[in-house]
Amino acid sequence: MNRFSYHRAGDVAEAAQMGAEADTRFLAGGTNLVDLMKANVERPTRLVDISRLPHNKIEELPEGGLRLGALVTNADTAYDARVEQRYPLLSSAILAGASPQLRNAATNGGNLNQRTRCYYFYDTATACNKREPGSGCGAINGVNRIHAILGTSEACIATHPSDMCVALAALEAEVRVEGPGGARVIPFADYHRLPGDEPSKDNTLQPGEIVTAIDLPADSFTENYTYLKLRDRLSYAFALVSVAVGLTMEGGKIAKARIALGGVAHKPWRVPAAEALLEGQAPSPELFGRVADALLQGAVGQGTNDFKIDLARRAIRRALRQAAAGTPQSQTDKHVA
Amino acid sequence: MNTHVNPPARIGEPLSRVDGRLKVTGHARYAAEHPVADLLYGWVVSSSIAKGRITAIHEDAARAVAGVVEIITHKNRPDLAKADSAYQEQVAPPGKPFRALYDDEVQYSLQPVALVVAQDLETARYAASLIKVDYEAAKHNTDFRIAQGERFMPRRKRAAYQPPKNRGDVDTAFAEAAHQIAGTYHLATHVHNPMEMHATTVVWEGDERITVYDKTQGSQNTQTYLANVFGFKKENIRVLNPFVGGAFGSGLRPQYQAYLATMAAKMLERSVRLVMTRPQMFSHVHRPEALQAVSLATDSQGHLTGMRTEATTATSRFENYMETVVNWGLMAYACPNAEADYTIAPVDSYTPGDMRAPGAATGMTLFEIAMDEMAYEANVDPLEFRLINYSEKDAMHDTPYTSKALKEAYAEGAAKFGWDSRSMAPRSMRDGSELVGWGVATGMWDAMFQKTSARARLSANGDLLLETAASDIGTGTYTILAQIASDTLGIPVEQISVKIGDSDLPMSPIEGGSWTAASAGAAVEATCQSLGKKLFEAAQKVKNSPLADAKIDDVRFDYGRLLSKTDPDKSVSYGEAMAAAGEVSIEAEETVSSGISGMISQMRKSRNTHSAVFAEVKVDEELGVVRVTRVVCAVAAGRIINPKTARSQILGGVVMGIGMGLHEETFVDHRLGRIMNHDLAEYHVPANADIHDIEVIFVDEPDPEVTPMGVKGVGEIGIVGTAAAVANAIFHATGKRLRDLPITIDKILE
Repeated sequence: MNRFSYHRAGDVAEAAQMGAEADTRFLAGGTNLVDLMKANVERPTRLVDISRLPHNKIEELPEGGLRLGALVTNADTAYDARVEQRYPLLSSAILAGASPQLRNAATNGGNLNQRTRCYYFYDTATACNKREPGSGCGAINGVNRIHAILGTSEACIATHPSDMCVALAALEAEVRVEGPGGARVIPFADYHRLPGDEPSKDNTLQPGEIVTAIDLPADSFTENYTYLKLRDRLSYAFALVSVAVGLTMEGGKIAKARIALGGVAHKPWRVPAAEALLEGQAPSPELFGRVADALLQGAVGQGTNDFKIDLARRAIRRALRQAAAGTPQSQTDKHVA
Repeated sequence: MNTHVNPPARIGEPLSRVDGRLKVTGHARYAAEHPVADLLYGWVVSSSIAKGRITAIHEDAARAVAGVVEIITHKNRPDLAKADSAYQEQVAPPGKPFRALYDDEVQYSLQPVALVVAQDLETARYAASLIKVDYEAAKHNTDFRIAQGERFMPRRKRAAYQPPKNRGDVDTAFAEAAHQIAGTYHLATHVHNPMEMHATTVVWEGDERITVYDKTQGSQNTQTYLANVFGFKKENIRVLNPFVGGAFGSGLRPQYQAYLATMAAKMLERSVRLVMTRPQMFSHVHRPEALQAVSLATDSQGHLTGMRTEATTATSRFENYMETVVNWGLMAYACPNAEADYTIAPVDSYTPGDMRAPGAATGMTLFEIAMDEMAYEANVDPLEFRLINYSEKDAMHDTPYTSKALKEAYAEGAAKFGWDSRSMAPRSMRDGSELVGWGVATGMWDAMFQKTSARARLSANGDLLLETAASDIGTGTYTILAQIASDTLGIPVEQISVKIGDSDLPMSPIEGGSWTAASAGAAVEATCQSLGKKLFEAAQKVKNSPLADAKIDDVRFDYGRLLSKTDPDKSVSYGEAMAAAGEVSIEAEETVSSGISGMISQMRKSRNTHSAVFAEVKVDEELGVVRVTRVVCAVAAGRIINPKTARSQILGGVVMGIGMGLHEETFVDHRLGRIMNHDLAEYHVPANADIHDIEVIFVDEPDPEVTPMGVKGVGEIGIVGTAAAVANAIFHATGKRLRDLPITIDKILE
């Protein structure tokens, strides 16, 4: 860990101004950043503590949606009665991740901005274009059990590790940010990015921009939804594959469908054309199989993660079945519904 | 003497841990927690290559950091012993023990290449991040499958290694067999990863004297090692390990943090603390990767007629670490024709070492998967198959056991589990959408005994102090020693202080092999009996002593008094006895060892613990998700001193066995020769959600012969066979025979 100065921001404008400067990082829950600093992966010279900023509430939106303050903890979000009742998909996804202790400390904004768990990213003795642009990618042809099968580049095959973000993608949330250039709103699908030839950039934030809130639309999925996460042990492991599904059912047919995949790409993976296949259709195994194929079109294994393509296909079909049947996956009972 | 409020504890009672309160309140201090004035902190720089030479170490930037006291490398290290023998402590396998910072050679990835010593931890860590090391890399191999080409049997064997013994005519047995199977089984490399990282605090006492708080399973072993390597007089080194936060064998050999902290303390004549990081915990001892081929043959009724097993385990390039891997099945089952072979194969890693049931956890577990295959091939229920091939004697050495209540373990375990309602066919049991599988396996481990000394001092107020250099790695040593003394001398546990984990105390071997309960326990019992004899002699000197005409066998020791067994009204309190003898305290010290008769008996009889493990899995076949919903582990381990701490040992072993079956493995990038999942986020051990009902049964197994107290030890038997029971249950559930552990989601779906 290198030496750094610490500054507690008084307001967003001050934080944004400081954050725009080189080698500065925002500190909120610290559950990811501090670990990365200990491993010498993040080497900021200044930390700007934003944890006292006032974005620590969950509020109703006039059009019926819900605004999740960026500094509300993951635990307070998952257990908020309004989230539980109106956005159970989000509650479920948050509770599928990390541990109670981590969820008590980690914030919503931090969850969006957490970094990949790629082994090579974490080990400074190895090559990683995300950590050190131009150094190469150790994971390609290396150990890549937890790596991406979709949207990879020759520079990076890392995944985004969040569970919460997979649900937010399916819910089509919006990310509110403020920066030196003012405030703006980013549709969730545009918040994270694919690695391309700039894998060091996880998202589309501009220098100094801070996530202040996540807006959930009024339209949610309260009956036909699921968050299904498959991993190498039954709790406290990152997803090999996860699937968030929200369906609106009308008269036995699917009126609206949103599906996002976790653990398979550099961002939560959505394919609108695959979702469109479901709309107006009655649920069927054959249909779900076609949707899985459409979601996984172009999937490529990297060697030790080849199995994830088949695993993802199975998980998608199962999650669609769970959602259509209104039997969402429990995050406490590990029996798969 | 006061009337005691609490009764003495009895051997066999489920006494709660006597050190439990200290632990949960944080008063139990571990190696890195002892407060020391003017302490310096070390931080290790680890190599990025697996093999080669260090050509340059750029340390100017690190030296420029305020607060850095010294940077130690092979270039400026102090003088060290030259002979390998100086580095070979009690458990070192044959070879050339690793010497950190000795020269420019790199022998494995994450090897220490520099030690930064600074005024505080943060400065040391920061300065370490500024050090750049240049290497000249050499060709390495960390791929165990490639290393098969270099398999060999070393001429010099490790002392603990037991060679297999062949019998009969195996070729003919296979030629004439009614049924046979053959399979090759694989076990991934495991890393011990106790909760407490390896840590050492060296207190520089001046005048070439040091006090060392070390995470070790043997304070006296570390003491000897440090004396030999650094040229200290042995009496000038005191090593303490009063509390050890788990070890599983990782603390048997002194690890490099003890060596480096001592090196820095000697060089700087200052007190130094060094703690490994979690990734560095993957840079030393580990359970070796293993490949084991097993062929079995039966007659038409399912009686084993032939067995052949060959195993290879990994070792390092510089030491020949060996385990007893292939013997277990040959010992366990009646089979007229059997042969086994064992070799090791070197890879460019640190030397593997003993990890919970070394050899048996690998060899017995893999063999027990083959046994399940054979049972199915012969169409015999897997439990019945083990019973019809049951051997009352050690079938390999052709010697009787001091005791073997495995049949009882099978019966009690099967009854508790409900085995008789199992249907034989794979895929024949379901629970809703899940396939259900029931598997069984046998476990075996050694019942060992080691020479151990103890000392006891009884004060006139009735307080008893017990001392031995034994260690408690979380197993409950404090508790059982207090319990044995309490029962022997009739003193309540509250009045007994147990002092262990200190090289100044009476001799005790490293805490390993599940022998501590039997060995330190017997030493404490003998010492307390000896002390009791002195008390009795003193009691007879009391004026008009009611015990004047009694013999020692006529009295019992209870509630702080010597009482006549026939007339409890005739009694003398310990205080009265001591007053009569004019003593303020009475002391005794005894050493127990197996002696000549014990050694002869060891040759004539085999000494083992056994277990029957039953596992239930539920498998979601579409997704490859396996849940281990029930385990019953029935253990035959002689006399159980404390069923509560003993149960905890079995529970821990079973959990570790489930991890062996489903989770634990290192992922090595063979291009780099480096373990990549070197943290507990990605090196998976079971989480709470992976563990459901575990039932532990101790079957009655009186055995006055195995060790002085009839104790066999329970620290390791819980892991042996468990992973096989899980793998066999997965076969029963799915019809898939998986021979490569751990069985992860991708293997279920393959």
